[in-house]
Amino acid sequence: MSRYVIRRTGAAIMTLIAASIVIFAFIHLIPGDPVYVMLGDGATPEQVAALRDRLGLDEPLVMQYLIWAGNALRGDLGVSIFFETPVTQVIAEGAETSILLASVTMVWIILIGVPVGILAAIRQGTLIDQGLSGLAMLAASLPTFWVGLYLILIFAAGLGWFPSSGYPSIFEEGGLVNLRYLVLPSLALAAPNAALILRLTRASMLDVAREDYIRTARAKGIRPTRVVLRHILRNALLAVVSAFGFTFAALISEAVVTETVFALPGIGRTVVQSILRRDYPVIQGVILITVCLYLVINLIVDLSYRYLDPRVELE
Amino acid sequence: MLSVENLVVSVRRGPEIVRDVSFEIAPGEILGLVGESGSGKSMTSLALMGLLSPGIDITGGAVRLDGTDITHLQPHQRVARNCGKVAMIFQEPMTSLNPVLRIREQLEEAINVHDPRAGPERARELLDMVRIPDAGHQLNAYPHELSGGMRQRVMIAIALACRPQVLIADEPTTALDVTVQRQVLGLIRELCDSLHMGVLFITHDLGVVAQLADRVAVMYAGKLCERADVGPLFRAPLHPYTNGLLACLPDPESGNAAFETIPGAAPRPGAIPEGCPFSPRCNRAQETCRSGPVPEAHGPERQVAVCHFPVRQEAPA
Repeated sequence: MSRYVIRRTGAAIMTLIAASIVIFAFIHLIPGDPVYVMLGDGATPEQVAALRDRLGLDEPLVMQYLIWAGNALRGDLGVSIFFETPVTQVIAEGAETSILLASVTMVWIILIGVPVGILAAIRQGTLIDQGLSGLAMLAASLPTFWVGLYLILIFAAGLGWFPSSGYPSIFEEGGLVNLRYLVLPSLALAAPNAALILRLTRASMLDVAREDYIRTARAKGIRPTRVVLRHILRNALLAVVSAFGFTFAALISEAVVTETVFALPGIGRTVVQSILRRDYPVIQGVILITVCLYLVINLIVDLSYRYLDPRVELE
Repeated sequence: MLSVENLVVSVRRGPEIVRDVSFEIAPGEILGLVGESGSGKSMTSLALMGLLSPGIDITGGAVRLDGTDITHLQPHQRVARNCGKVAMIFQEPMTSLNPVLRIREQLEEAINVHDPRAGPERARELLDMVRIPDAGHQLNAYPHELSGGMRQRVMIAIALACRPQVLIADEPTTALDVTVQRQVLGLIRELCDSLHMGVLFITHDLGVVAQLADRVAVMYAGKLCERADVGPLFRAPLHPYTNGLLACLPDPESGNAAFETIPGAAPRPGAIPEGCPFSPRCNRAQETCRSGPVPEAHGPERQVAVCHFPVRQEAPA
């Protein structure tokens, strides 16, 4: 048991080290002198020297990496060139919005994708199934910005049920009621992902339903609902749960378009703006944190597999 | 007593795959149902269980258990109506158990349905009945931790949890090693005798039938072509198809290395010849065989073959 945990964690750490080297090298991939690129043509020699010193560009490459990685481990991702504040602070400002948006979206995806997928599978081949599968296809292929704009048009501009843009922190005035700002963006972001989870749940249920052990379960004389919930769903979810993991992590980076449409102060928008401002430390920081997020979530999924599928321990 | 009367199973908007099949199984009796793959053996058994896939239905005849009509009832409906039980074990013990549930959970699920008042010792008792050593420990195992033979024993234990009047065994030993196969066959015979349970044993292996069964039904192209007690059938088959099957068994004493074969191939459902379905492959067939109904020919004891020109062998001197 613990060997499995150690192996999985070890693999995650190795991946993180490899990724951090690539992210570190990123600043050296800039053509020409990164300092001039970051500061622009009008930089004074003093500014250039100061930045060069701050980035440690005069040290040997290996030392540069070790210093950078050591700082990152202590939570110091450097200083934003544009804001002149620590990168961690810049990212933290967007983090609340992004994490809440991803979480609310994930709730939609699970609440809509899984039950509707089960329904489509149980009613396989009927009009219900065909209708739902058609809707899922539509939801998966419509661009998020288009769905977002229509949601604003109908539910914000038209009916006035939800605000159309912005997001005040839940720690400020309004408290949890501020979550209503995230309803429309999370729905827009959930649509294509819920459609994928729906199709995955349906396909996985139908696969499992053909297994011999489902016939055994029916032969016992247990009720059909119990066959579906305990035997089919339990095994079908094995495939779906691993999709939850990477869907959640992808939501953080996928949210860029949605954050723009709904003018949300999230990490996605920070990245886009930082790219335009050539604020390399911020870009590096966001990529590093996103990588960590992917690794942690996948690790959680891998470890939870041990509880869902007893066969995993042997492998 | 399980009686199957003129059973017809067909694919919706498609051909009949089981045609007019009748047989009976008495308590404590093993009926071997023999036929090539595609002859309709498995469909017959799934129809008896009420486990036909969607799109395949019983379109004629009846299945009765101790006089109660259970033709169109699925297993859970049979439980709800408290009628007699038919249980089943399958060909692939490796895939017939749910991989994510412990043996105890899978066994207790069946016990709870059929024996709601049974205590926790019932699961252990069932594993003891199928001769699983160290039953207390094995109850907590997952299927992947057991060997093929052990899994098939667990399947039998689950089937017995239903307290069935009839057990259907669909090629239960085909996927097992020969030595393990022996043990499982012995166990089935023993349980049949001690629990006074009827067994429908489906196989394509005539050797197994000869060892295990009391009576035999031979199936060809969805129909029964011959029914008989084991002795008479192996001594003097009436139907040319049965005769051909027996001739295919290698005879180690004759020293003849060449295997006999029946020329041609079994017809597919939907392309079954008129008259006697075996006539195109039969060396005794004449014009009358190729159309119209085929009469039954009776042999000694309860032997019946559906044939115009049955094989009548010289009585052994």
